[in-house]
Amino acid sequence: MTPPTPASPSPCTFWLGLGAQISSGFSRLSPPCCVFFAGSDIDTRKINNSFLRDHNYATEADIISTVEFNSTGELLATGDKGGRVVVFQREQESKNQPHRRGEYNVYSTFQSHEPEFDYLKSLEIEEKINKIRWLPQQNAAYFLLSTNDKTVKLWKISERDKRPEGYNLKDEDGRIRDPTTITALRVPVLRPMDLMVEATPRRVFSNAHTYHINSISVNSDYETYMSTDDLRINLWHLEITNRSFNIVDIKPANMEELTEVITAAEFHPNQCNTFVYSSSKGSIRLCDMRAAALCDNHSKFFEEPEDPSNRSFFSEIISSISDVKFSHSGRYLMTRDYLTVKVWDLNMESKPLETYQVHDYLRSKLCSLYENDCIFDKFECVWNGTDSVLMTGSYNNFFRMFDRNTKRDVTLEASRENSKPRAILKPRKVCVGGKRRKDEISVDSLDFSKKILHTAWHPSENIIAVAATNNLYIFQDKVN
Amino acid sequence: MKPWPAVCPSNCSVRPLAPSPAQLAAWLQSQHTELSTFTHCNLAPSGRGAAPLIQHPASKHAYVAHHQRTEVTRVLGCHSCCRIDMFSKGTKRKFSDDGDEISDESLAGAQVSSSYSLQRQSLLDMSLIKLQLCHMLVEPNLCRSVLIANTVRQIQEEMTHDGTWQVVTETFCGGSQSPSERLVATEVLCRSREQDAEPKLFSVLSYEGCREEEVVTDETLCSVSVSDTASDVCLSESARHCWERDEFVEVDRDDEACESSRLGPGDDDDDDDNDDDEVDEEEESSRVDPKTMGQVFGTFEIKNSAPGPDSALEELFSDVDASYYDLDTMLTGIQSAPKMGPYDLLDSLAPSHGPPSIGSPSNCRSDLNELDHIMEIIVGS
Repeated sequence: MTPPTPASPSPCTFWLGLGAQISSGFSRLSPPCCVFFAGSDIDTRKINNSFLRDHNYATEADIISTVEFNSTGELLATGDKGGRVVVFQREQESKNQPHRRGEYNVYSTFQSHEPEFDYLKSLEIEEKINKIRWLPQQNAAYFLLSTNDKTVKLWKISERDKRPEGYNLKDEDGRIRDPTTITALRVPVLRPMDLMVEATPRRVFSNAHTYHINSISVNSDYETYMSTDDLRINLWHLEITNRSFNIVDIKPANMEELTEVITAAEFHPNQCNTFVYSSSKGSIRLCDMRAAALCDNHSKFFEEPEDPSNRSFFSEIISSISDVKFSHSGRYLMTRDYLTVKVWDLNMESKPLETYQVHDYLRSKLCSLYENDCIFDKFECVWNGTDSVLMTGSYNNFFRMFDRNTKRDVTLEASRENSKPRAILKPRKVCVGGKRRKDEISVDSLDFSKKILHTAWHPSENIIAVAATNNLYIFQDKVN
Repeated sequence: MKPWPAVCPSNCSVRPLAPSPAQLAAWLQSQHTELSTFTHCNLAPSGRGAAPLIQHPASKHAYVAHHQRTEVTRVLGCHSCCRIDMFSKGTKRKFSDDGDEISDESLAGAQVSSSYSLQRQSLLDMSLIKLQLCHMLVEPNLCRSVLIANTVRQIQEEMTHDGTWQVVTETFCGGSQSPSERLVATEVLCRSREQDAEPKLFSVLSYEGCREEEVVTDETLCSVSVSDTASDVCLSESARHCWERDEFVEVDRDDEACESSRLGPGDDDDDDDNDDDEVDEEEESSRVDPKTMGQVFGTFEIKNSAPGPDSALEELFSDVDASYYDLDTMLTGIQSAPKMGPYDLLDSLAPSHGPPSIGSPSNCRSDLNELDHIMEIIVGS
C-alpha cells in the first residue's frame, strides 16, 4: 500500500469524508448520535469529564470560532463562542485496525474564557475564543494560547495516567491517618490509573488591549508572541504577564481621523524579527523589529493598485483583508479579502504574485451582502504543508481549494448529507448564468447563514478540518 | 403618514432631502402600504404602481411618489438591492404653462443619473442606520464601523463633487458658506471604544468654517447649537476637557432655550406622544447604553433633549441608541427620540458630546447667549 503522497496533490483529488462530524465540544460518544466515526466503536477512554451533552440543536455558544492544528498535527484545537476549547487527538495507527487510520477523538475539553463585564464602560466582554495558537512541544505536556477580545491565556494540557498509592500519613481517600495506628513504613508506589487529561491555565495576559484582539502569533524564538487588536500590536514574553511591549500603534491622535484598522498579524515562520500586519484598506505591512522599538514605519508595503473599472462604493470594504498567513517556507504571503485569495512574494510589493477568485459571483450582490452584513464576514485562509495548495471558506458551507501549480481549483461542501463516513466529497459548482445544470446551485439559492470562516490544514498530511457553524468536519485525502 | 422633510432644489422649501435615519426608521415601521411619503427629487417615474399626486404646498411642483423596491445597478457595484421596500422613488412633475402636463422628455433624460443618485442616497441611509444600530451590551466591531464610516464619507464626497451636497447645505446657510471640509462620517469613529476616556469633541470640529446650520437637517431637532465664535472657543483642543464635563449643564440650558422653537410643523404630535415612551426608554437604556455610559463624566445624547423640568436628568441618561435588542425596540426608541438629521445622528454617536447638532438659525443667538453664560460658569469654576 503506497503511503499517501504528501507532495502537491491536485485539489481535485476526492476527499474522503472521515465522518468525524462533531457537535462542537459536547457530543455523546457512545452511542453515537451527534458523532459518527467511520464504522468503529467510540473510544471514551480519553474523556475525563462527564460534561457531555447531547446536542441536536445548534446553540449559539457552540458556534466554532477558531480551528488550529498543532505543529505535529497530532492535536486539533477548536474554540467556540461559549469560551470553550475542545482538543482532539489523533488515534495512533495500529496494525490490527488499519481502517481506523488516524481518526481524531476528543482529547480534552475546558472552559478557557468566561464572559466578563467591563464596569467602566458598561460593556460585556465576550468569551468567544478568537484565536488559538499552539506552542511547539517541549515536554510531555501541550501548551496553547487562546484569546478572547481582551485576554490571552496560556493553557497547559497534560496527561495523568499514574497516581501514587501507599502514603504513610494519609490513606487512600486523603484523610489523615492517626499516627498511633501507623506501625510500619512503606514506600509509595505509582500505580496506573485511567487516563486523565487536565488543562490548567498557566499564564493570563490581560489588560493590555483597549480594542478587540483579532490575532495572536507565536514567534519562532518560542519565547515571545504578539497579540493584535484593531489599532495596536503588543509583544509579550511567554513568562511575563504583567508587561508587554507595544510595537505597532496606528491609533490617530484624533479618533475622527481613523480610517484604517489592523485586521490580522503574523510572525514570520523563520525570522524572529519579522512580522506582517494587514489593514482594512487592503494593504499589508512587513515590519522588522530590529529597526526600531516601535514599528510604525514599515519595511515593506504590499498593496495592489485598485482596478478603476471595478470601482464601486464597496471597493474598500471588499478589499479589507480578513486574514494573512505566511507560507511554511516563509517566502510567500497569502491574504484573504472578501472575494479573492492573493499570494504575494515577499520580494515584490507592487502586486500579488497570484490572485484566486473565491466567489466572484458575489460581486454583483455586494449591496445585498452589505445590507445583511455578510460583506463584513472575516474568512480565513490556510496553506497546505508544502505550500502548493490554498484553502479558504465560502458560503453555503462551501470551501474552496486552489492548486498553485496546476492552477486548478475545486469547491467542496461540508454538510451532514454529503459526509457520510467514507463518502467521497463531490465537487460543487455555483452557476451564475441562467441555465442551471443538474448538480449546480444558483447564486440566489446560496445560504448566507452557513458560512465557513475557519479551516485548518494538517502541517504535513492532507487532513483538513473545516468548521461549519457549530459542526467540525475532518476530511482526509483519499488513499488507495 | 408624515412626509419626508424634503427640500426643493429650486429653494422653495427648507426641508432636507435626505431623511434622517430616525425618520427613516420610523417611516420604515409605519410603512405598510404601497404608498409612500414623497421624496422631493428629480427622478424619473418608474411607471409602476399608482401614485398619488401630492401637491407641494409651497411650490408649483407636484410630486408623485412611488413606493417600490429600488434596483441598484452596476453603477453602485451591486445587483439587487434592499429588499426592504422602504425606498421610494419620487417623481417631480413639472407643471407646464398649462398646468398639468407631464414633461416626459425631461424625465426620461434624467432617469439614469437620478436612479444612480437615488441608489446612492439609499446606500447612504442604509449606512447611517447601520452605524446607529448596534448591540448595546457588547462593544461594536470597530473594523465594521470604520468601513461603514468610510463608505458614508465616500458617498458624501461624491455628493459634494456632484453638487448635490451643495444643494443640501446651501439650503440651510443660504449658500453663503462652503460645505464643511470634514465630512460627517468621521464622527462615528468617535464613538465609544475609548477606554482612556479621551474626551472627543466630535462633531462641531468637523464643521469648522461653516455654520452649524449647515448640518442640521431638521428643524425639529432640539440640540445644542453653537455659533462659530463659540465653537472657536470651545472646540479647541485645550478646552475639550472642561467642555465635555460640563456639557450636560450647557445642553440642558440650551435645550430649554430652543425647546419652544424646537418643534417644527407636523412633529408636535409625535413628540408629545412619545415623550412618555421616551422617558421610559431612557430609563431602561441608561443602564445598557455603552456609548453614553462609557464616559466617566456621564456622556449623554444631546439629540435626545426632551422638554420638561427633568430635562437635565433625562439628558444625562438619554440615548437614542436605547436598548436595541431587536429592530422593533430600536425603531420604537428612535421614534421616541426627537427628530434629527442624519448628521446629527452621527454626532450623537460620539461619546464625547460637544455641541453636535445645530438648531435653526433663529436659535443660534439665544444659544450663543446661553453658551456665553455657561462658559462663564466653566471658566469661573
